[in-house]
Amino acid sequence: MTAGPLIEIEKLRVVFHGDDGRTTHAVDSVDLSVANGATLGLVGESGCGKSVTSLAIMGLLSKRSAEVSGSIRFDGFDLLDVPDDTLRDLRGNRLAMIFQEPMTSLNPSFTIGDQIIETILRHRGGSRRQARERAIELLRRVHIPSPDKRIDEYPHKLSGGMRQRVMIAMALACDPRLLIADEPTTALDVTLQAQILDLMRELKAASGAAIILITHDLGVVAEVCDEVAVMYAGEIVERAPVDELFANPQHPYTVGLLGSIPRLDRRASHLATIEGMVPNMANPPPGCRFAARCPFVVDPCTAAPPPLAIVSPGHASRCIRAPLERLVS
Amino acid sequence: MTSLLEVEGLVKHFVAARSVFGRPTAHVKAVDGVSFTVEAGKTLALVGESGCGKSTVSRLVLRLIEPDAGTVRFEGRDLGALNANELRAFRRDAQIIFQDPYASLNPRMTVSQILSEPLALHDLVPAKRRRERVGELLRLVGLEPRFARRYPHEFSGGQRQRIAIARALAVEPKLIICDEPVSALDVSIRSQILNLLRDLQDRLGLAYIFVSHDLAVVKHIADRVAVMNLGGIVETAQADALFAAPRHPYSRALLSAIPVPKPQAKRSRIVLEGEMPSALHPPSGCRFHTRCPYVIARCRTEVPPLLADGTGHATACHRTAELPASESIVPADGDFSPVLEKLVAAFSGGTEGAGRAGVDLSRTRPIDRG
Repeated sequence: MTAGPLIEIEKLRVVFHGDDGRTTHAVDSVDLSVANGATLGLVGESGCGKSVTSLAIMGLLSKRSAEVSGSIRFDGFDLLDVPDDTLRDLRGNRLAMIFQEPMTSLNPSFTIGDQIIETILRHRGGSRRQARERAIELLRRVHIPSPDKRIDEYPHKLSGGMRQRVMIAMALACDPRLLIADEPTTALDVTLQAQILDLMRELKAASGAAIILITHDLGVVAEVCDEVAVMYAGEIVERAPVDELFANPQHPYTVGLLGSIPRLDRRASHLATIEGMVPNMANPPPGCRFAARCPFVVDPCTAAPPPLAIVSPGHASRCIRAPLERLVS
Repeated sequence: MTSLLEVEGLVKHFVAARSVFGRPTAHVKAVDGVSFTVEAGKTLALVGESGCGKSTVSRLVLRLIEPDAGTVRFEGRDLGALNANELRAFRRDAQIIFQDPYASLNPRMTVSQILSEPLALHDLVPAKRRRERVGELLRLVGLEPRFARRYPHEFSGGQRQRIAIARALAVEPKLIICDEPVSALDVSIRSQILNLLRDLQDRLGLAYIFVSHDLAVVKHIADRVAVMNLGGIVETAQADALFAAPRHPYSRALLSAIPVPKPQAKRSRIVLEGEMPSALHPPSGCRFHTRCPYVIARCRTEVPPLLADGTGHATACHRTAELPASESIVPADGDFSPVLEKLVAAFSGGTEGAGRAGVDLSRTRPIDRG
């Protein structure tokens, strides 16, 4: 096993060129790295660029409409600079992804068995019979009832939660080195979610695989992640070890997010809300992108884009007012 | 005094398969003997996993589907006995908000048309005044009246859910069924909608049946909770009592698995062994016995009744009295540090929910219901 990070992303930038000539800066100078066996949580709300980041890693953005720059080093390759053949060998094999929408990510005209077996045969070879046995085993691992029968069913016969489990089984098929999970448990019930999170931990412990977990659920992040990066409007606004982020958030957006989720031990009649809207990414504001919604905004915030600066060892915040504790003491 | 809604022994079996002659050969026992009550102005949460029957119950309550057995009484009147006209009148009193605000609004109608339709159907507001009323409804849910001319696609998910809420409020209901109303929304938007639902309840005295699988949200919004498993209620209690000490083994497992926003939270998660039984062939006796860590022989044969103690905490388990204490089952997420508390408070000041979004609720005068 090599020292250093398994995947290292530098200055990743994704610009979409629309047919109408408009450009959208979906992801802007994102730096991330994940070590072998570590889990990075990528947190943020719809449209913040977290899914686009993951699609860029997987090489799934259309070259025609998306302009991707920067570098993504994975296992000795620069994923932004490898031939398509190499990328196809990596995808589904050492690099696997679970998507957000189990409804649309399975092919309706093939049985779920066919779809899992295809992955195994493509990357592992062997006989169809062996692949089928492995597929049944994978379905069992993700807690599909009667997997030997279910394997011959079509996706429409499964519930949404069940389809997501099939997606996870498919991603695990070739024991990936890096698993990108885009909202993997959003569609699942709590007990099942707990099982899936356990399963992901199991996989990580057994294989030393790294996980990038994309989610809006801070509870899930607290459960499984080692480090967290919070994204807002295409940028990483805060990055910290998971304990530090929850105990001592240093970006106002993170504070707002933490306050807006109901907590079991907290009796509040009202939750915190982040008023306003995400800025239009076709024309992002010159200064801090959160300034318009931030209760701590001051004039310099809107003048120039704030850098992602170190607040304490391992903890970075893109806020010129950090450390925030001095604002309320 | 009778409760606003009384549900008694509700049963709904769906036909899952038919023979070539069209005779049913298999049934899904989606709802199998469910009873509960909802008090005016209060929130009952129905929780449970996919397929437990919670959404079917919500549709049965509205008579969107017909029950096979059981009664639903609204303000003392049996809904099953209503004729078409009376049923339409009942629809004024009970409304529903669905999970997906992208699917529940007609994309070809403007917001004004969407909100005027219930007013016209129930002949609540004269045509001349409808536009004004639409504006009031939009303000009530924290949207600007000028949005009335727009189409649903021009709104974000949170705004669409506000429109769906406004549509439900148009007929001035007494009960709103919220079927996973915030599951499809981002966290910061979710908190706005939850705050809005709470404000509206306080202002308008609404009762909610809140169907959700998100237990932290349920803890936040519900007065009373009913936990469902495979078509039946296994436990029902005041929300505080349930979350302090769940009794039924299924509730214990469910609540122990809540992901909490606190790394290394102290928790004793109960992992359920075995597979979730199919509603096509539910287990005999207690339907939870195949996965229950406390199962005994009696559970396999005898269906446990839902028995209440003196405090209204009811449990359907033969072994309720013998089970170990459950105080520490629900994970603790602690509270914020004093500094974080103050920082979070900065996000709660001034503009929140309908009442504080510059909306004067007193301007939305009630319609004379003569």
